[in-house]
Amino acid sequence: MIGAQILIECLEREGVEIMFGYPGGQVLPIFDKLYDSKIRFILTRHEQGAAHAADGYARATGKVGVCLATSGPGATNLTTGIANAYMDSVPMVAITGQVKTFLIGNDAFQEADVTGVTRSISKHNFLVKDVNDLARTIREAFHIASTGRPGPVVIDIPVDVQQADCDFFWPQEVSIRGYKPTYFGHAGQIKKAARLIARSKRPVLYIGGGVITSGAHQEVLRLAEGIKAPVAMTMMGLGAFPGTHQMSLGMLGMHGTAYANHAVTESDLIIAIGARFDDRVTGRIDAFAPNAKVIHIDIDPTSISKNIRVDIPIVGDAKNILGQILEEIKKKPDTEKWLNQIREWKSRHPLRYIHDGEKIKPQFVIEQIYEATKGKAIIVTEVGQNQMWSCQWYKYDEPRTFISSGGLGTMGFGFPAALGVKLGCPEKEVFDIAGDGSIQMNIQELMTAVCNKIPVKVAILNNGFLGMVRQWQELFYKKRYSSVKISSPDFVKLAESFGAIGMQITKKPDVRKAIEKALRIDNTVLMDFIVEPEENVYPMVPAGSAINQMISGLA
Amino acid sequence: MKHTISVLVENKFGVLARISGLFSARGYNINSLSVSETHDPTMSCMTIVIDAADERILEQIKKQLNRLIDVITVSDLTKKEHVERELMLVKVAVKAKDKPKVKQLARKFNAVISGTKNDCIILDITAEQGRIDAFLNALKGFKISELVRTGKIAMVK
Repeated sequence: MIGAQILIECLEREGVEIMFGYPGGQVLPIFDKLYDSKIRFILTRHEQGAAHAADGYARATGKVGVCLATSGPGATNLTTGIANAYMDSVPMVAITGQVKTFLIGNDAFQEADVTGVTRSISKHNFLVKDVNDLARTIREAFHIASTGRPGPVVIDIPVDVQQADCDFFWPQEVSIRGYKPTYFGHAGQIKKAARLIARSKRPVLYIGGGVITSGAHQEVLRLAEGIKAPVAMTMMGLGAFPGTHQMSLGMLGMHGTAYANHAVTESDLIIAIGARFDDRVTGRIDAFAPNAKVIHIDIDPTSISKNIRVDIPIVGDAKNILGQILEEIKKKPDTEKWLNQIREWKSRHPLRYIHDGEKIKPQFVIEQIYEATKGKAIIVTEVGQNQMWSCQWYKYDEPRTFISSGGLGTMGFGFPAALGVKLGCPEKEVFDIAGDGSIQMNIQELMTAVCNKIPVKVAILNNGFLGMVRQWQELFYKKRYSSVKISSPDFVKLAESFGAIGMQITKKPDVRKAIEKALRIDNTVLMDFIVEPEENVYPMVPAGSAINQMISGLA
Repeated sequence: MKHTISVLVENKFGVLARISGLFSARGYNINSLSVSETHDPTMSCMTIVIDAADERILEQIKKQLNRLIDVITVSDLTKKEHVERELMLVKVAVKAKDKPKVKQLARKFNAVISGTKNDCIILDITAEQGRIDAFLNALKGFKISELVRTGKIAMVK
């Protein structure tokens, strides 16, 4: 069997049903074998789109997303998508063609040092120089990508290896001596954690994307209800705890709710689960939960005590560890006074915006999408204000229903990711909430959506600005708006030229009608909402401030 | 404070780049690094000497090393009883009349004379770093024309 056939055979055995990518000179043998495969191949219009689509597919389904590109420019175009998946711990396998083994390092046509380039933005990478190593490498790549703290794995395959012949051997087991993730928590640490929980008076659960990856959302719910503790979520953690639950504090951090940030600051016990104390969450480190003990549950030891001092670290899988802790908790803390305090903060500092003028407010558009979809859609976002408003104004009750570029903050992620999401979850309504800036970064994927009949709905919050940067220039650079005014094409005509449906909405009463109309259309729909140009995202914690020092922005 | 870390890794191409990349990406400097195959040809051992500003950075370095798929074990030898050695080759430019003085110094420090020419001697010393530094200090009166050190290798007792 030749290398290309081995690759396809392995992908099929790994359960790959769909992959995203773009052909080219150094992957011709693979595409030839794909021709006869039952794997569905989605031809994107740019390799970056393929990587984000594979990423979105993986986030929505929990399966490994797979993308494929040729050597050189094909591979370098994937890199933003690989880095994006790495920062958010998304299981992905990226396959790239490489020039012939004997040409590597010779500046051959379309050559790039792919393992060199992706070393620091992938969980692991492989250059396969011998066809006899190919099957085992693919098996290892899927294993590494999907276990422990997941992440992208790159497999670089020279074209002569794709063409070389060898006997096919499928290793049943994968064993890598330097890679043995810890799944169960240390019993002693679990006892200590349970004791600390029982003694606490003002506990807060601070949960992140690790809860979703681990499938620990039920355990989190049981813990929160069991010990009566409120739950603050990171952006990656939205959906890991029901947003409509009375114990939910919504998102914390820079654009989090005031009550989440107050709760964390006043807390005496932070129970961090699958979260990494990112600077967007903690604000000024020494003012973050200054009086709290910290229990930190994470599968990645490097996340622990990286940014913040931790009292009880527990390395392992969140679902297992929470199960262990739930069994260990004998006495529940009395949090009645604490919950009263939280209720007071919630009523005193609710999320709000003023909607009295003529213009459509972006928050209103998101609220209307929430109502029209009854909170059941999967929301994908771009990056910037559109993203933060999507965190604040849509309530996520289920894991894997909010999909967004967290760690890397990649503009242009949302739309191609939404295509992957929709292909993974065809029964769900999928919305990409976009800005007029970010949608233009990967707008070419409209063609992919239309020709593969992927009916996602795009809601562009069109304010004519790169809104988040403009907001920072307004607040911290004396309103000197430098390169943030951005023009856009006529999105209605643009959609039509791709074969999609375009709508422009300029009046408040038309917002809901347009969304409902879009939901009835079985095609890709681009809704261009012309919104208030200088609306800001509030509350906001200025960079480097304590998270309870928020700008509310409203009179 | 200087720390000596012994890292057992897969003996594959690209592993050294992963290790050095981990340090360079975080702006940590490596004082010395020595790598070679072990008795098991599928594994290499790296002895890395680093200057970590505080315990937290050191902990991060060790955890990050452990996170690499090709790293099998990481052990910090600094606080363990261990043997450590370094090899130095030094070429001393020396006139015939001074040669006995250099040879005498070599004997004192257990250095070996590995080569001589009319105008130079190559000395070879294997010792702990402090002893090598002392030897270099003793050679101060002579002109050193070339010097190579391997960096430290170490083993737990």
